[in-house]
Order: sequence, then C-alpha cells, then structure tokens
Amino acid sequence: MTQKDAPPRWDRKMQQRLARGEAAALGELYDRFASLVHGLAHRVLGDERAADGITREVFAHVWEHPDAYDPKQGPLRSWVAALTHRLAVQRLRATETAALCLDESGPGSAEELERKVRHASVAARADYIVHSMPTPLRAALELAYFQRRDYRQTAADLGVTEDEARRRLRLGLQLLSTAHDTGAPPGYGGAV
Amino acid sequence: MSGPGGFEAYDGHAGFEGRYGSGFEGRKETDEFDGPDGTGGFGDSGEFDDSEGFGNSGDSGGFGDSDGFGDSEGFGNSRDSGGHGDSDQFGDSDDFGDSEDFGDFGGPDEPVAGNGRGGDRERPPRIPMPRASVEDSGLPLPRLDDLPPVPLVLPHDVLKSLLGAWALAACSAAETAAVEEHLGTCGACAEEALRLRGAVGLLHQPESLDLDPTLRTRVLDGCLDRRPPRIPVPGWAAPYDAESARLDALLQDFGDAEWHAPVRLRWFEGNGTMSRRTTVAGVIAHLLSVDGLVAVALGLEDPLGDPEAEGARGSAARTEAFWRASRFPPTRSVRVPWREQSHHLVRTVSFTGGSTGALAVPYGDFTLPLHDAMLDRAFECWVHAEDIAEAVDYPYEPPAPRHLNRMIDLAARMLPAVLAARRREGLAAPGAARHLVPAGTPGRTLRLEIEGSGGGEWLIPLDSPGAAGSADHEVAHVALDGVEFCRLAAGHVSPQEAAAGQGGDREAIRDVLFAAASLSRM
Repeated sequence: MTQKDAPPRWDRKMQQRLARGEAAALGELYDRFASLVHGLAHRVLGDERAADGITREVFAHVWEHPDAYDPKQGPLRSWVAALTHRLAVQRLRATETAALCLDESGPGSAEELERKVRHASVAARADYIVHSMPTPLRAALELAYFQRRDYRQTAADLGVTEDEARRRLRLGLQLLSTAHDTGAPPGYGGAV
Repeated sequence: MSGPGGFEAYDGHAGFEGRYGSGFEGRKETDEFDGPDGTGGFGDSGEFDDSEGFGNSGDSGGFGDSDGFGDSEGFGNSRDSGGHGDSDQFGDSDDFGDSEDFGDFGGPDEPVAGNGRGGDRERPPRIPMPRASVEDSGLPLPRLDDLPPVPLVLPHDVLKSLLGAWALAACSAAETAAVEEHLGTCGACAEEALRLRGAVGLLHQPESLDLDPTLRTRVLDGCLDRRPPRIPVPGWAAPYDAESARLDALLQDFGDAEWHAPVRLRWFEGNGTMSRRTTVAGVIAHLLSVDGLVAVALGLEDPLGDPEAEGARGSAARTEAFWRASRFPPTRSVRVPWREQSHHLVRTVSFTGGSTGALAVPYGDFTLPLHDAMLDRAFECWVHAEDIAEAVDYPYEPPAPRHLNRMIDLAARMLPAVLAARRREGLAAPGAARHLVPAGTPGRTLRLEIEGSGGGEWLIPLDSPGAAGSADHEVAHVALDGVEFCRLAAGHVSPQEAAAGQGGDREAIRDVLFAAASLSRM
C-alpha cells in the first residue's frame, strides 16, 4: 500500500478526484481502505457475506457522496472507519431485530440486543485501535501477546531497552483500553 | 498495513475515538506522534511515562515504608533473588506466572495480597547488628545461588511501568509478585491494572486477512453503476488495474521470508526454455522496471535513474540494469514504488487514453501501441504473480474471463508478426515460397480455438503479418484451454508439451505453437 503521500494532502486530493468522477481514484481508495472496511464490518457482523455487503455500501456511499467528507474534520481513514462502523451496526440491529420478532422472546431480548451491539462496537473499535496505533506499539503487543515473549525478550527482539519495551506495552494497552469508553451513545454523532 | 502509515492511522484513531468522548486523555499523547513526516516524536521514551489519563498515580503512601515489603511472607514462597532472569528459572513460577490466577482481583479497594504489616510486632530489629565482613574472615565467599531469597523491592515508577507487561503476563515471577503486592496499596495503579487487563481481552488474532480478490471488481462495478464515472478507466487498462491490485493483495502479508523466497523466471527463446534466478522482491523490481517503459512513453518518471536507463531499452536489459544499479538485492521496499507507478499508469491513461491510444511504447526491438502495451503489462503482471504464488505456495486464480479474453486476443494478434520473424531467422518453415499473398488479401489460415471462460476463436494468417485470416483458407486447427494457451505464451509450457488438440497441416501447427511460446520474454 502506498503511504508516502501523507494525509491530509492525500485525503484532500482523493476527495477532489472522487468528486471529479475519476474511476481510477475509486480503485485507489479501495486499495487503501478495503481491508480496514471489511475487517471492521466482519468484526461487528461476524459474517463474511454480510461484511462484503457493508464493504459495497461503504464504497458506494463515498463514491456517490464524496462531499460528505470534510478534510478539516479529520483524516479520511477515520471517517471511512466511522462510516463502516455506523453501517455495520445498523445492519446488526436490523438483522437482530428481525430475529427477535421471529422468536417472540421475553422482555430481556431488547437488552440482549443492546448488549450484543455494545459488545460488537467495542470489539470493532479495539480492532481499529490496534490497526491504527503506531507500529512500534503494535509490534510490542504482538510479540508479548501473540508470540508470548516476556518484555525482556520483546525488548531484545525490537532492539530497544527494557524500559522502552515496558513503556510500549503499557501505552499500547492504554490506547486499546479506550475501546471501552463510550461516553456518548455508541456511534458517530448519534447516528447509530 | 505497517510502516509509517501507522502514524497517519493513529491520528485517525484519535478522530475516531474523539466522537466517543474518551475517558482516557489519549489526545495529548496522540500529538506526540504527529511529527511532520509521521515518524517524529516516538523515539523519545519519556513522552508517555506519565499516564495522565489515569489520574492520581503519584506515590501511594506506605510504599516508602520498607516494612511492608521487607517481609518475604507477603510474597509467598518466592525464591527469586534478583528478579532479572527469565521467569523459567523459577521453580515456583506457576504461583505467579499464570496471569489467570489474578484475573479476578477485586479492584482498587481490595488488596490482592497482605502486605505483612500484621507481623510487625514479632519481628527482629530492623537494623542488623554490625558483624564482621565475610571478606575479612578468610573464609570462602558464599556462592550467589546460596544467598537467602531477597524479595524484589522496586520503586513506584518501575512498578507503574511494569503494569502493561504484567497485564500481558510478560514479566518475571518476581516482578509479577512485586506488582501484585503493590496493587494492594496503590489505588491508582490498581485501577490502571484493571483497565489494562481488560484491554488484553480485546486483543485477538485477526481471523482472515485475505479479502476475496473478486470483491474489488464487484464493489467497483457496483459503485460505477450507481454513479457513472466522468473519467472512466479505459477498457484496455482495466485488466492491468485488476491484475496489479490482485498482485498487491497477494503481497499484503508477506514477511521477509516470502520477499526473499527464490523464484525462477522462465521464458522461451529460439527453440528452448531460458531461465533466470531471482527472488520475489526481484520479480517486483522486474515488473517495476518494465512497466516503466509505459511510464516513460506517457511522460511519467522513469523508475530507472537516467544513467541506468541509458542504453537499456528492452525488458530484460532494463531489469538487469535495475538489479545492477542497487548495491543490495531488492527487498520489500520495492513494493511501494511498483504500486505507486501502477496507480499512476492507470490514472494517466484514464485522462489521456482517448488521445494517446495510438502512442507507441518502445520495447527495444519492437513497439506496441499503448492499448496493447497495457494489456501486455496486465498479462506479465498475472504471469509473474503466478511465479510468486508458486514460490511461496499460495493459490492464485486466473484473471477474470473478460480480461483473459483481451490478453489472449493480444497474443493471437501478435502471432503473425512473430511467425514472420521466426521465419526470417530460419526457425519456422518458409511460408512465402508456397503461397505469396499481397497485404490485406486472405491467405493460408490456422484456426485457433481457445476453450474455457475467456476463450473464443481466432484466425491466424500464416503467410505474412499483412495477410487476412480467412475461414475459407483454413489449413489447420488448434484447440487449447485459455489458461494453457497463456502458459504457453508465457514460456511456462513448452510447445511440445502444450496440451493442444490439433488437426490439419502439422508444420503450420508446430510453427504457430513455437511462435506462441516465442511471445514470451524475460
């Protein structure tokens, strides 16, 4: 993936090209964000085909409404992530509500649905945070968690001091823990 | 998705997160990553040590009192003397090593371990009486291993810095014990510990990173149906757009081992197969150099610098020049320039395609019109993607049928000229002596029938490139599967081995199959 063109310049130019109706720009947008979009949708919905569907919706939305993104509000990447999250949670609510109507469960079901939505939201946010955190932090977490290296081995693997390894692990987890923070109702601008 | 992009992305995270109203004051720290080139700020290890987001993490009272920690009872049977070793060295590491044992500690107000204060009254005086030094006694010094266990006493800063490693069960048994001891007395650290332990639960192995490669076309087509593009990608550039995206997706998760996996490039020359050893990264460098022919023709930057490009006109010469020009063998770093160039090519031909369709792209000893050059590059991209996939043992599918059809069409259209060239070199039977035809009039024809999706029928004039193929003058018929034909045209299957059904003039069939193989080059 090409990352030399650091945003916001890339974001701004991309938006202009999409607005101009340049099909090649749409392809580049897909190449940059498809795995992020599909991954988040899959985390929320837990289903490959549903995630494919959300991916189609997200790119169609950006292509049809390139002006909906305002570069002043932040990077295109987070806007795309927020859009994905919103559409995926909408889909989750719709399918779960339909399932509820079918099986006539008790009054606890609505709470159950909210719990499920909240859980999926936190998981998707956590994915996004891991995906987006600075590489040194992610690399440290990967070694310590997935490779089961202790922090001294992690330090040696990364070629940093033990202090630095401890710092990265702690900071990485601090960032990740913010996935639980839902001060506002889950979603973006209350859109969910 | 690695590399400096993480910073950009992280910035994105803050935007994403901000809408949620985070309790953690991550934004302050985020700014540290916002260096102009996306790499600034991180190296300074002091920036993050203070977790403001977690409130009053100052020294908790009681820590300074060494009584609480001096009592080894509080640590249970820890035999650790220094705490600097690997946790494996502790026979009793099970007591502390398994993080699950502590997963349910009750929070800030509930100490996880007694700190031993209750035993104060029974204790010997804290200050030991003076005694003779062992060094002065003339006795042998005790071995370090024989020293009685000394519980680990760490300053608050260190304990705090260990919280992440502790939550991930990535510190030594002694450190784990020291942290847990501390959590019983320090509310701020206990609160953070709980939070970090919760965060560990959010880590998980990504289930499937591989996107369905056909999804790209489906998504893009769906978009373009809903809003037709003002500047479309020309149909003849679509196969290149799709193939470069497929190859890029294949490279997505390659580690160093894959990038340096050996690949043998194969092609057909004269009457035999040639080959050249390189690596996966070397193949991408090859694609970058040869795609550069099209870039140069379009007025874009040449991936080969001026001195290297000098005198290197054909695909092999350019590739060798590119490989020679770098002091070290190609690495994964070649991916970004290759991908950027491929995006630029698609973008540029979308804008200029209408007017530059006739633009000739020089390949050294021949030229191709831009349309065909883009099809040729799509074909090469697929062929080499297969080489790479084979080298790393990944599956790789053929192109979409409509793209495959265009590639086969290009090969079929190039066959008469290649046949004529082979004839001039004495490699094919002389055709003109038998049946000389003026340009544009029908002559002896071979019917090439390509089976499978993307297939079709092509009439190949045998006597001269200028002659027209004609069903009435058919002297031979060859039937091949589309993918098999492409492997033949790529030089990956020899003309003798190609699985082809045939009928009619055997010499004509042999000449056409050899000409097809001769389409290949490095």
